[in-house]
Amino acid sequence: MYETIIYSIKNGAAWITLNRPDTLNAFISQMNHEITHAIKNASLSEDVRAIVITGAGRGFCSGQDLSEVDESMDHGEVLRKQYAPMMKQIYQCEKPIIAAVNGVAAGAGFSLALACDFRLLSDRASFLNAFVHIGLIPDSGNSYFLTRLVGEAKALEISVLGEKIPADQALSLGLATKVYPADHFETEVQQFVDRIAAMPTKAVGLIKRTMKAARNLSFTDYLEEEAQGQRIAGLSRDHREGVQAFIEKRKPIFIGK
Amino acid sequence: MKSYEFIEVSHDDGVALIELNRPAQYNALNRQMVGEIVDAAESFDRNEEVRVIVLSGKGRAFSAGADIDEMAADNPIRLELLNQFADWDRLSLIKKPLIGAVKGFVFGGGFELALNCDLLIAASGTEFAFPEVNLGVMPGAGGTQRLTKIVGRTKALEWLWSGSRIPAETAIQHGLISRIVSPELLMEETLKMAKQIARQAPLAIRLIKDAVNKAVDYSLYEGMQYERKNFYLLFASEDQKEGMTAFIEKRKPDFKGR
Repeated sequence: MYETIIYSIKNGAAWITLNRPDTLNAFISQMNHEITHAIKNASLSEDVRAIVITGAGRGFCSGQDLSEVDESMDHGEVLRKQYAPMMKQIYQCEKPIIAAVNGVAAGAGFSLALACDFRLLSDRASFLNAFVHIGLIPDSGNSYFLTRLVGEAKALEISVLGEKIPADQALSLGLATKVYPADHFETEVQQFVDRIAAMPTKAVGLIKRTMKAARNLSFTDYLEEEAQGQRIAGLSRDHREGVQAFIEKRKPIFIGK
Repeated sequence: MKSYEFIEVSHDDGVALIELNRPAQYNALNRQMVGEIVDAAESFDRNEEVRVIVLSGKGRAFSAGADIDEMAADNPIRLELLNQFADWDRLSLIKKPLIGAVKGFVFGGGFELALNCDLLIAASGTEFAFPEVNLGVMPGAGGTQRLTKIVGRTKALEWLWSGSRIPAETAIQHGLISRIVSPELLMEETLKMAKQIARQAPLAIRLIKDAVNKAVDYSLYEGMQYERKNFYLLFASEDQKEGMTAFIEKRKPDFKGR
């Protein structure tokens, strides 16, 4: 079904593997569209309780494939048509999205990792906000997420200086959830994904929703959003299971509803 | 209660519910369906047990618009005789509060139906649009008129000419909707608001709607005169005596609708 990505579901998680390893998984418009489609599928699928985005081969994603760029094109329109739908799909998704950053994430590839909820990095991985090196600005939601993750001063340094950020530095900046040794990266990622996929998925989605409310709403409106979120969570089966398990002094078994 | 083909109706605790029921077609409105909505609304308007009417849609969308198949081959002579929009005029004569609970797509005729409501509550993620222009036509059931009265000429023209989708966040900024709520709680929150209004003195609620509607069409002077008459009229009601007595006695009023 897909040509530039591999999509598979295992143990309650949807895996989206960017699969253009010769280019370190650079974006061509087809790949953007396929990722958008895959995220939408995963959002709607009842079997999916976590989504993982990773790269085949050495890299995570090297950003826009420059061989697809010609100087007559309208860069704004490329963002509107090719990147914005993908970023919106990710932003709207209420299931947890994990970026398993196996190698370099540069340009829009960095933006893609920033849009995810968790960033698990191999110790060989690195981030690079490369846009400034070709006289462009960070795009695909980059500054929106980066300023929120590291603050405006750091975000500006990262974007204007365009220096490579190795995994350990990403961790200390708060850009990485975990850094794992490359040798057992896949095993560690799998364990993390299994853990997330076993969580009360509806509550996790509502936590994401509440975080956005905290970011975007006034305090009064935020409190209302929070009340509605808790009302919905309070009606969930996983909430009842959690309380029951607590009373019975056992581990809860969540089903994601 | 009468049964309908394209809608479902029910009422409980003073609140009537009309639900569009063609979910597989995103509640696209055909002529019979509009007739059913108007018929149900009128019968609830006359029903003494009903104080507020809620309009909503089953499935993922409120309504994606009019049934295009039904009108693709129409000609002006037939349309003039058919006079289908007369049904919509009757909807604007409903005296009781009509609250719309909207979600998903609120497009074209569906948007016009929403604009016929007195208040709109939208699920987050709801999108409004008048896509008629993309089909070489325009709204015919009040879209250009009602939208302009609410959001003003500039925004109305922008939205009607572009046919683009307006997110709920934009709609609320322009006064088109009252609240945005979580999709899961759309009906719960709407019914909560409906019941709150249903507990008020029904005559006051109806005469307020009547006077506010006049503000849309009348000059300020005529509107003020009209408001005054309604204000005086309420002093002929038992509910006015009850409301003011309860206030003085520091208790909750019990309104009877008389």
